[in-house]
Amino acid sequence: MFNIYCPYCEEHREEEEFHPKGQAHIQRPTDPDACSDKAWGDYLFFRDNPRGIHHELWVHAVGCRKFFNITRHTVSYAILETYKMGEQPTITAESLASEEKQGDVQVADGGLQTVGASDNSVSESKGAKV
Amino acid sequence: MQRYSGFGLVKHALSHHENWQRQWRNPTPKKEYDVIIVGGGGHGLATAYYLAKEHGITNVAVIEKGWLGGGNTARNTTIVRSNYLWDESAALYEHAMKLWEGLSQDINYNVMFSQRGVLNLGHTLQDMRDIQRRVNANRLNGIDGEVLDARGVQELVPIMDCSKRARYPVMGASWQPRAGVARHDAVAWGYARGADGHGVDLLQQTEVTGFKIVDGRVVGVHTNRGDIGAKTVGCVTAGNSSVLANMAGFNLPLESHPLQALVSEPLKPILDTVVMSNHVHGYISQSDKGDLVIGAGIDGYNGYGQRGSYPTVEHTLQAIVEMFPIFSRVRMNRQWGGIVDTCPDACPILSKTPVKGLYFNCGWGTGGFKATPGSGHAFAWSLAKGQMHPLAAPFSIDRFHSGALIDEHGAAGVAH
Ligand SMILES: Cc1cc2nc3c(=O)[nH]c(=O)nc-3n(C[C@H](O)[C@H](O)[C@H](O)COP(=O)(O)OP(=O)(O)OC[C@H]3O[C@@H](n4cnc5c(N)ncnc54)[C@H](O)[C@@H]3O)c2cc1C
Ligand SMILES: [Zn+2]
Repeated sequence: MFNIYCPYCEEHREEEEFHPKGQAHIQRPTDPDACSDKAWGDYLFFRDNPRGIHHELWVHAVGCRKFFNITRHTVSYAILETYKMGEQPTITAESLASEEKQGDVQVADGGLQTVGASDNSVSESKGAKV
Repeated sequence: MQRYSGFGLVKHALSHHENWQRQWRNPTPKKEYDVIIVGGGGHGLATAYYLAKEHGITNVAVIEKGWLGGGNTARNTTIVRSNYLWDESAALYEHAMKLWEGLSQDINYNVMFSQRGVLNLGHTLQDMRDIQRRVNANRLNGIDGEVLDARGVQELVPIMDCSKRARYPVMGASWQPRAGVARHDAVAWGYARGADGHGVDLLQQTEVTGFKIVDGRVVGVHTNRGDIGAKTVGCVTAGNSSVLANMAGFNLPLESHPLQALVSEPLKPILDTVVMSNHVHGYISQSDKGDLVIGAGIDGYNGYGQRGSYPTVEHTLQAIVEMFPIFSRVRMNRQWGGIVDTCPDACPILSKTPVKGLYFNCGWGTGGFKATPGSGHAFAWSLAKGQMHPLAAPFSIDRFHSGALIDEHGAAGVAH
C-alpha cells in the first residue's frame, strides 16, 4: 500500500485515493496532421517501461482531483519524489547513476533503462522528499 | 527419455520409486547454438519443443535467469479458453485449444487439462449484447459457444447468487464448454522434459544481459555465464520484454504491471466450472486440490516487483463474495503476483524486430497461459522458416504504426 504525498493537498494520503495514469511528460505532437505514421504510433502506443526509475502521472481522484507527477522505482516501488504539473523531476536515472559513480559503485549495465537503477542507489538517495 | 505409463508406475513402485530418471539434464552452455530461446516459461519451452519435434532443429538452448516456469507460467490462474472476438486472435487461441486437447499424450506428461467449461457473465444489457456478438463471431469461426440466460447460469452454478436481489444481477453469460483449466507447472515441466529429450539444452540460473549485434544482425547473447552464439534468437520474456528490447536498441509498446492471484484453504468439491465477470470484476475456479483459485485485475501502476497492493486484493475478494456470498467465510491461504506485459490492444506481439535474426514473442499480458501450445507452435515455425507463421503474422509490431490493431479488450476484460 502506497502512502502518497499530494503536492497540492500537501498531505500524505492512502493509495486508494489515487489512480496511476502511466508515463509522465508525454507531449502531444503540436501538429498531428504533419506526423508520420511512425511518429504518431510512437506517441500513441510506445511508452518507456523501465525496470528502475519511472516518472509517472497520477491523479488524486477522490481528493483534490488534480494531476501530478511521481518519481518511483518500479522494482522496489519506493516513491522518491512527487511534484506538480509543469515541474521537472529532481531525481532521474541519470542523476542516480552519477551519484553511484562518485561513490565508486559499479553502475548496473544492461540497457538504456536500467542504468543506475539498482535498489541500493534508491534507498540511499538523498533527494527523496517523501 | 523414459516414457511415463501406468505400467511404468507399477514397475517403479517395486523399487520404491527410487529409480525414476531425472526429467531433464543440467548441461554446461555450449559456445554456439542454432537457435537461442531467451525465457524458460511455458511459451519459451513450448517453442523449443516444437522446434525440435516439428522442425528437427535440436541444437537449441533455452536460457532462463531463474528456474523453469518461475515467471508468469506458474503464477497464473490456469484458465484456458479460445472465445476471442476477432478472426486473428480467435484463430491463434483456437489453434492452441486444439493442441491442448491432445497435449498430455503428445508430450507424455499429464498436464491435467480439464475441459470443465468457462462462463463469462453479463450484468448489463450492453454486456449481453457484447456476449451475443462475441458468441456469434466465435461460432462463425468454428469455436464452440452458447449464450445462456440467468436461469441457464443458475442451473450450471447453483451456488452463485443469480437472484434479482444481487447488487449487479446476473443477466446471462457466454458459455464455452471446451474451455477449462490445466496444471500450469506441469505444462512448463512437460515441455521442458520433451525438449530436453530431443537434445535441447535448458540453461537455468543464466541471465541474458545483452545482445551481440553485428551489422544489424544478432550473432549471440551476453549472459552472466559468458557469451553464447546463435544467429537466431527468440525472446519470450513476458514482463521483462521491454528490458530486453532496450538492450537490443529498440522499444516495444508494452507496460509491465503486477497481476495478483490468490488461493483459499482447500474445500470439498463445490465449483465444477470457471466463472468470470468483467463487470463485477473477478473470476474463480476450484483446483483439483480443492482450493479456490481467484484473480481479477492488474495493479494500475508499472511494476517489476512481482507483488502488488492490498486494495487490489480487497476489490478482488469483494467481487467474489458479491457473486458467491457462500464463500464469505472462506479463508485465503496464499497470495502472489506476477509481472504481466500488457499491450495497448490486449493482444500479443509475435514479430520480427529491427535486428535481423532477433524475434520477440511477448505482450501476452494477463492472458497468455491459454495460448502456450499455439504460441510455441507458431513461433517455432517462424524461427525455423525465417518468416512469421500465418497465424502469427497479424501480431507484428508494425501494427502499432499501421493502425491494424486487434482490439480484444472485451474478450480480455478481466485479467487472467
Ligand atoms: C496472477 C496471474 C494470473 C494469470 N492468469 C491467467 C489465466 O488464468 N489464463 C491465462 O491464459 N493467462 C493467465 N495469466 C497470464 C499468463 O501467465 C502469461 O501470459 C503466460 O504465462 C506467459 O508465459 P511466458 O512463457 O511468455 O512468460 P513467463 O512464464 O513469465 O516466462 C518468461 C521467463 O523469462 C525469464 N527471463 C526474463 N528476463 C530474462 C533474462 N534477461 N534472461 C533470461 N531469462 C529471462 C523469466 O525469468 C521467466 O521465467 C496470468 C498471469 C498472472 C501473473
Ligand atoms: Zn490532492
